[in-house]
Amino acid sequence: MTDQTNRSDLQEGDPETTGHSWDGIKEFNNPLPRWWLWCFYLTIIWGVAYTVMYPAWPMISGATPGVLGYSTRAEVAEDIDRFEALNADLRTELTDVELAEVTRDEMPELYNYAIQSGASSFATWCSQCHGRGAAGVQASGYPNLLDDDWLWGGTVEEINATIAHGIRNEDDPDARWSEMTAFEGILSDEEIAQVVNYVLTISGQDGDAALAAEGETVYLDNCSACHGENAMGDRVLGAPNLTDAIWLYGGSPEAIEETVRHSRFGVMPAWSGRLSEAEVRATAIYVHSLGGGE
Amino acid sequence: MASHDAAPKLYAAQEPVFPKRVSGRFRNLKWAILIVTLGIYYITPWIRWDRGSALPDQAVLVDMANRRFFFFWIEIWPHEFYFVAGLLIMAGLGLFLFTSALGRVWCGYACPQTVWTDLFFTVERWIEGDRNARLRLWKQKWDFHKWRLRVTKWIVWLLIAVATGGAWVFYFADAPTLLREIVTGQAPFVAYVTIAILTATTFIFGGFLREQVCIYMCPWPRIQAAMMDEHTITVAYRDWRGEPRGKGKRRRAIAEAAIASSRLAGPTITGQEPGSTTKAEPEAQALGDCIDCNACVNVCPVGIDIRDGQQMECITCALCIDACDDIMEKIGAERGLIDYVALTDEANERAGKSKVPVWRHILRPRTLIYTALWSLIGIGLVVALFMRTEIDITVAPVRNPQFVTLSDGSIRNTYDVRIRNMGSEDATFHVSLVSDNVLQVALEGTPNLTVDVPADETLLQRVYVIARPGSEAAAAERTDFRFWVEELGDNLRAHQDTTFFGQGEPQ
Ligand code: SF4
Ligand code: SF4
Repeated sequence: MTDQTNRSDLQEGDPETTGHSWDGIKEFNNPLPRWWLWCFYLTIIWGVAYTVMYPAWPMISGATPGVLGYSTRAEVAEDIDRFEALNADLRTELTDVELAEVTRDEMPELYNYAIQSGASSFATWCSQCHGRGAAGVQASGYPNLLDDDWLWGGTVEEINATIAHGIRNEDDPDARWSEMTAFEGILSDEEIAQVVNYVLTISGQDGDAALAAEGETVYLDNCSACHGENAMGDRVLGAPNLTDAIWLYGGSPEAIEETVRHSRFGVMPAWSGRLSEAEVRATAIYVHSLGGGE
Repeated sequence: MASHDAAPKLYAAQEPVFPKRVSGRFRNLKWAILIVTLGIYYITPWIRWDRGSALPDQAVLVDMANRRFFFFWIEIWPHEFYFVAGLLIMAGLGLFLFTSALGRVWCGYACPQTVWTDLFFTVERWIEGDRNARLRLWKQKWDFHKWRLRVTKWIVWLLIAVATGGAWVFYFADAPTLLREIVTGQAPFVAYVTIAILTATTFIFGGFLREQVCIYMCPWPRIQAAMMDEHTITVAYRDWRGEPRGKGKRRRAIAEAAIASSRLAGPTITGQEPGSTTKAEPEAQALGDCIDCNACVNVCPVGIDIRDGQQMECITCALCIDACDDIMEKIGAERGLIDYVALTDEANERAGKSKVPVWRHILRPRTLIYTALWSLIGIGLVVALFMRTEIDITVAPVRNPQFVTLSDGSIRNTYDVRIRNMGSEDATFHVSLVSDNVLQVALEGTPNLTVDVPADETLLQRVYVIARPGSEAAAAERTDFRFWVEELGDNLRAHQDTTFFGQGEPQ
């Protein structure tokens, strides 16, 4: 008790010291227990065996494969196959079912599968144009999929048709198609200014009232065939509603004038060739669930 | 640097330790702790508790699949993991507190390694006899007798080890069902693996490695030095009283006479002053109280001599105190030659001053600070426990995009609201919000503002918050508001504050 090391009476060279001393502190010889040492040797053997069994040593064109032929890539592939097999029934069901029936309340399991699968397809294939959050790129012609305005219809069936066949692409005869006339050369500059102001006014923005009054005639003569007499658009033609607050290419006087003069021509690819039917349908259900579904 | 003639050996063979049976107050305390701790460990999973139809009726259950922890009336969800973290911090602080006050009490009394080793020692003693018999058996060659004793011992050890590993898995599933499955070979693979691993570690650590675990594998002996100071009460040998030790002829005669008479008369304590305990024989007077009987060494489970001073190996199990007290009683000396004492006691006792009371050693700033911290966390956890409700929501605003403009010019924000129904019945929740009345709420997938959440489940619901065109919230950059989720027909409510993003300054 008096001395924390009562063994201080040990002398250098005593069997219990190594003989080393530093600043008056002697080093005791407290050897490891033998079994502990054997554990250490075992770990070395284990370590060497491991590098033989498993991929380990870096070579010029890859690592040594290991005699067990283990590969994480193969394991992932196996996992994917396993999940594909597990989900096979759900995928078949998804291709057969009425899309509108897949809701959280009616078919929770299928709905959940569709949302998860659709979200991953969307992130892989659709987010490049429509953005990860599906908000599109405003005023650049990539539609926002979250809002309540749909050019070609917002029911899950209509969304599915859009995804499957695309818009104005030449690869798919079923693609949705319409083309606006470029009015430059057809309408005079003055008429264009009038119709632009008319469109500004009906959409609740500030426009020149005098020009707008003239513009109504121009509109009814040239534009109402597609956009409708009340300018509410026509989904059959993909003609946008001109009275609401949503503008695919911008609602400023300049943007509207640009559209009237030169027209716009947005294209979306058809996905039915690239994705399976179940994937397309899952994506439609996912997009429908984002807040704009009708 | 001194020269060294013989190169030191790299390893040493394990020196087996054969602790002798001992009885006394600390041994009894250890028995009590052993019975209580093992009892708690083995019995707890079998306590039943009504948990409704969906869950096993188990009082203490770790439900890995649903990431839930049940402890009698308390149910911990994953988002309440701070309870577990808090308990772990309390356990850590508690260890600091006890170590700074009483040295390695944890090691000596409560550590599972100590408790199971003690149990294994007991079994060994039943089967192979006490120290001398075991020593003899150790040296003896492997004949039938030795094999028989050894195999019997190993089998009993193995049974204890299986029970130990077996008890652990019952904390993770319904105990009676799992037991049936284990016996019939239908239990999950992981249950068998767990039992196998725990059986192996218990068998090897408790039966063979014993003190080697404490000395070579456990980090705590190294850390404890930082937790202890000169006031820490720890097991020590009063060398100022015991030394010079010696058997001395006359001393021995006196001691033996005393022992013999005590056998006849039963134990007595003389209560004499230290140093004056021996009779006035000049030869004996030169000696201290230690008669060098080695009783303290023979009972030590880690195989050290406490008379060499404080050693890293000592787990302060106090068995040497019991052993020496017994001897002191027999030779008619005062007990406590080996005792729980603090380093600061030494100077006092040497100077013949009165003892510092134990509470003065224990109550000092260090232990008080540990106690204060420990209690603060404990109180915090209890308060948190009583403040939580059976429903809970977390709101994650969807910020990609920050807002969406609708056809009529409204501004809409989206939120992912997670609603947890921690009650044991299915419930319908009504979602509402408190704001300046301009914001409106809508739920994805339903025209209503209610959602059903099954008992003990979490539901993820997408919620839209809309500001009318031209309203303040639509124009402002951000508006704070509060989500309310209310259980229908009940008064349970939960809320969370969040922010609505509007168009902000016109660009
Ligand atoms: S020296 Fe005493 S207290 Fe320490 S481990 Fe040995 S018997 Fe236990
Ligand atoms: S048991 Fe007590 S008297 Fe015996 S050797 Fe140990 S310290 Fe000395």
